[in-house]
Amino acid sequence: MVASEFGDPPNLLDLLKEPILAVQEFFLLSGRALRNIFRTPHYGDDIILQMDGIGVGSMQIVALTGFFSGAVMALQMSRALASYGQVGRTGTIVSLTLVRELGPVLTALMVAGRNASGIASELGSMKVTEQIDAMRALGTDPIQKLVTPRVIATSFMLPLLTVIADFVGLIGGWLIAVFFLFIPSKQYWTTAWRALEWNDVAQGLLKPLIFALVISLVGCYYGLRTTGGTQGVGRSTTQAVVSATVLVFIFDLMITKIWVAQGVS
Amino acid sequence: MAAPSAPAILQFVGVTVKFEEMDVLSDLSFVAYEGESRVIFGAAGSGKTVLLKTALGLIKPDAGKVYAFGKDLTLMTERELFEVRSRMGMLFQESALFDSLTIEENVAYPLLNQKSIQCPKAEVLPRVTEALEFVELGQTLEKYPSELSGGMRRRAAIARAVVTGPPLVLYDSPTAGLDPITAHTIIALLIKERDISHTTAVIVTHRYQDGNLVANFRYNSKQGTLEPVRHGERQTARTTFMVLKEGRLVFEGDQDRLESSTDPYICKFVKQRE
Repeated sequence: MVASEFGDPPNLLDLLKEPILAVQEFFLLSGRALRNIFRTPHYGDDIILQMDGIGVGSMQIVALTGFFSGAVMALQMSRALASYGQVGRTGTIVSLTLVRELGPVLTALMVAGRNASGIASELGSMKVTEQIDAMRALGTDPIQKLVTPRVIATSFMLPLLTVIADFVGLIGGWLIAVFFLFIPSKQYWTTAWRALEWNDVAQGLLKPLIFALVISLVGCYYGLRTTGGTQGVGRSTTQAVVSATVLVFIFDLMITKIWVAQGVS
Repeated sequence: MAAPSAPAILQFVGVTVKFEEMDVLSDLSFVAYEGESRVIFGAAGSGKTVLLKTALGLIKPDAGKVYAFGKDLTLMTERELFEVRSRMGMLFQESALFDSLTIEENVAYPLLNQKSIQCPKAEVLPRVTEALEFVELGQTLEKYPSELSGGMRRRAAIARAVVTGPPLVLYDSPTAGLDPITAHTIIALLIKERDISHTTAVIVTHRYQDGNLVANFRYNSKQGTLEPVRHGERQTARTTFMVLKEGRLVFEGDQDRLESSTDPYICKFVKQRE
């Protein structure tokens, strides 16, 4: 028989078992990491160390990204606005797109590329060299010691980095507006400021908070499930960056959709 | 064999551990008594490391019971296990020193993080120094693990394992990947720790020489060297040998029985000495 020649066809449930198990493990890890925020012991030093690595360490790349995206946005939008004779409203477009969308998403992508990979490779290396087992053997919960500080640090620093990216992006847009579009400074800043409502600021801060949870937890999850030596560390790092990046876009769409559906956008 | 009158420190009862439906440990039962040295031989992949990690509660068995100090580890939560683990020391195969911490911080780690130890902060440094001097690494406090050789890392890991004075110490392939001289130094340290602190030791290895040293030598604290156990005293040295094959226990007994075994698999380990 054909079926026996090529073996039994795979059961659909067997195919689904692995991804479902992975999702379950991810949610279990997330639950434990978040629960540990309210449980002792607290590793304050580790939180500060991670804040420095994730926040201060990402400042340059986030500022650069923000600056160029603001400048490009001003140039691109000025062409579209010129057809309506509204070049003077460049500041409005730049501030709205940066605060609502580009600032949070681009900052999250930069941090995902830089830190989800860093977290996954660091924890992955610890896993394959039995340091995670040693930690458990020596009386420390690895989730409490390694995951929770990274989640807290990323959740605190990503919104701050987003604010910096937004501000530097507005400066990028301002330079283009003043030197290439010949818009007076006062007009640019006034239109940029007046365009923003509290809803935009709230959306612009909620998104990075959600993205921070996603990036840190995905990085930790892939790091802690690393197997297969140094090759496995490389694989976990790649998977962490890809998954975190895709999830950032998915959550961005979901949050924006909820915001729009609420009629507050 | 150990005297059954001594209290059981570690007991496996019908323990089975599966990884992806494959038995890594299969219906394993044994008892390690207080003061006993238990040497476990086995080829790569025979389940030696899994056995030690199961003994430490790092891996939950799929079937059977694991008792340490009379407590059933299989029923404990991770937090409850911390108390039991504080009474065990473990030397991991690749040392597993935390590479972001100095040797001093590594050795101090169990003193500072194991709640049930409750070591006063003022006593941490003296105890760390004492443990590092025990393994003859007194000058390495400020160094990082990456600055040490493989043998030195192994010795630092032994210091970390014994700094709290645990009554049970588990050694996972302590001599793996080391040259014969360094391997001898490491085994000498194990014997020194066993004989000075009177600990129960479970030693996983694939080298017969290691087991032979553990069974037939003792530490002379006056001279600071190893000396052979006098003829006829081997029984009192209380060393039991176990051989694992594909997760199953295929031999348990003393050195004489091990050496007289005709099983081809067991003979492979014993013949290493020739």
